[in-house]
Amino acid sequence: MTLTFIIDVLVTIIGITTPILLAASGELVVEKSGVINLGVEGMMLVGTIAGFAVTFETGNPWLGILVAMLAGAGAATIFAVLVLSLGANQVATGLALTIFGIGLSSLIGSNYVGIAIDPVESPFPPALANESFWRIIFGHSPFVYFAIILVLAIGWFINKTRAGLVLRAVGENDLSAHSIGYPVIAIRYAAVAFGGAIAGIAGADFSMVISPLWAEQMTAGRGWIALALVVFAGWRAGRLLAGAYFFGVLMALELYAKASGHAIFPSQFWAAMPYLIAVIVLALISSRDGKDGKAPACLGKPFIPNG
Amino acid sequence: MTKFTRRDFIKAVSAASALPLIGASAQAAEPLKVGFIFLGPVGDYGWTWAHNKGRLELEAALGGAVKTTYVENVKEDASAVPILRDLARQGNKLIFATSFGYMDQVLEVAKEFPDVKFEHCTGFKRAANVSTYNSRFHEGRAVTGTIAGKVSKSGVIGYLGSFKIPEVVMGVNAFTLAAQAVNPKIQTKLVMIDSWFDPAKETAATETLANLGADVIATHTDSPAPLQYAQKKGVFGFGQGADMSKFAPKAHLTAIEDIWGPHYIARAKAAIDGSWKSEDSWDGIKEGAVKVSAYNASLPQDVQDAANKIIEGYKAGSYDVFTGPIYDQAGTLKVKAGEKLGLGDLATIDWYVKGIQSA
Repeated sequence: MTLTFIIDVLVTIIGITTPILLAASGELVVEKSGVINLGVEGMMLVGTIAGFAVTFETGNPWLGILVAMLAGAGAATIFAVLVLSLGANQVATGLALTIFGIGLSSLIGSNYVGIAIDPVESPFPPALANESFWRIIFGHSPFVYFAIILVLAIGWFINKTRAGLVLRAVGENDLSAHSIGYPVIAIRYAAVAFGGAIAGIAGADFSMVISPLWAEQMTAGRGWIALALVVFAGWRAGRLLAGAYFFGVLMALELYAKASGHAIFPSQFWAAMPYLIAVIVLALISSRDGKDGKAPACLGKPFIPNG
Repeated sequence: MTKFTRRDFIKAVSAASALPLIGASAQAAEPLKVGFIFLGPVGDYGWTWAHNKGRLELEAALGGAVKTTYVENVKEDASAVPILRDLARQGNKLIFATSFGYMDQVLEVAKEFPDVKFEHCTGFKRAANVSTYNSRFHEGRAVTGTIAGKVSKSGVIGYLGSFKIPEVVMGVNAFTLAAQAVNPKIQTKLVMIDSWFDPAKETAATETLANLGADVIATHTDSPAPLQYAQKKGVFGFGQGADMSKFAPKAHLTAIEDIWGPHYIARAKAAIDGSWKSEDSWDGIKEGAVKVSAYNASLPQDVQDAANKIIEGYKAGSYDVFTGPIYDQAGTLKVKAGEKLGLGDLATIDWYVKGIQSA
């Protein structure tokens, strides 16, 4: 096993991990505020087509990423109006958002079938990005660096800043936060919109880097893995980063094992494994006492002041 | 409110252009209503896209003599039954069900509507008013395998599959046997990704195969994503279902195109003139149902000649990639020298030929 091969494998892992890490990071902030948005897949798809279409029409990938972010945030805001202002059920509305995202992206995307764009490349000079060893550090798309910086920044924000403490307070005990004067609904709006914006970027990673084309439902269920990952990580940013890469390693291991002729496990088992592990970890977490890895206490509950 | 879409426009134009052809004798005849149910969206640029293209060809060819309707995203479960029934009630006299999983639903509804003719794609159960039809895609894979065997420098070629079903097994077998015929040392690495459509996983699997030394990678999944990766990595691939050269101008050596139009036109004509019978058709290169796209200009002449020889052989009926001796992975002789695997054997094939490395 040569060094080049090891780097090749790592590049595969980083590529498939990044969109899941991004989407899960956004959802982590949403859930910390006490809201569960199951529409991650739908928001990602909206970002997928927005990023692709704008990049194709303008030739400017940065504008594409910006619009993908706004599109994801816009879809999330629809969700926020329904569940935060109108008190709709979060689970049902989130599922509806996924279906809406699939439909809307397919509708807009029907004009973009069969078109390719240039993939977004590493922001570093080609001499570094394509160098046989240093490409492991410098050879990735901007999405990769953004995802890692983002999850670390979120961890710092939640645990070390005053604003993060307020966010946690809103998620843990909305009535208390409200009684000492924090605008619970406004904070949740901001968290949901932020989660949507990041899901939009995660979606753009599919259509602008991984496979620079548009095809209906091209995220193929990654939004659901991102949701599972938040639970798997016990709502902690550090574990989210580790967990996302653990999922990535599993996916790469499956492909390399199959391509080398050693399946280790049946193919169907590999496909089910990420979900299986999420269930096992969830069972382990919930069987333990203490504050470690617990869901925010207000998760999924509507906020009814003086109720 | 009436909505006038581009589709309606195409219909109107093709109907108008056909008017002078119909003439006095057909004037009184009502158009034949033809229904389709599709597995995916018509915009998948793969399986359903190709079927829809066939439907549009049918409209263009017969003009005012037919009127088509389609329903997309029909699941392969009991929900297909009411959709088929609705199509029959709406007066469709010929209905195409374009995926394997509609088999029993078609038979159930066909019993209720004996005067409606049904055609089920890739299935094997027939009735008096139910035909089956399929294409011999493996003939195209014999052509791409020949090219892969000639082009590969590493002697390792990759095959990206979806599921271990006969269609995919015969595909990778045909691809490998044809490659071995031009380079006996060829090894095929096979990866099944448990999906027909997952661009991110298709990309990662292509990356994996390339990293393990494959320099020509064929795909038996539906998206052009593997070709885009091949282009980036400097390896080669083939379009699946349609010419995908615009996605990867350098890497795209050729493509296997699914051409359903001629079948739809022939069967609609048969339904109109009363000659339609229940039958099983399995068309290939000879009948025009499987087409090999234009070769990449970079492909050397001797490679193009070798590929053309396979195509000519299929057209003349003088070549069959499944001609013995054929050994399985364990080295057991499965097909004796001079014998051939028949279509019946292929329809249920579940073993890989020697030289395929599978998990």
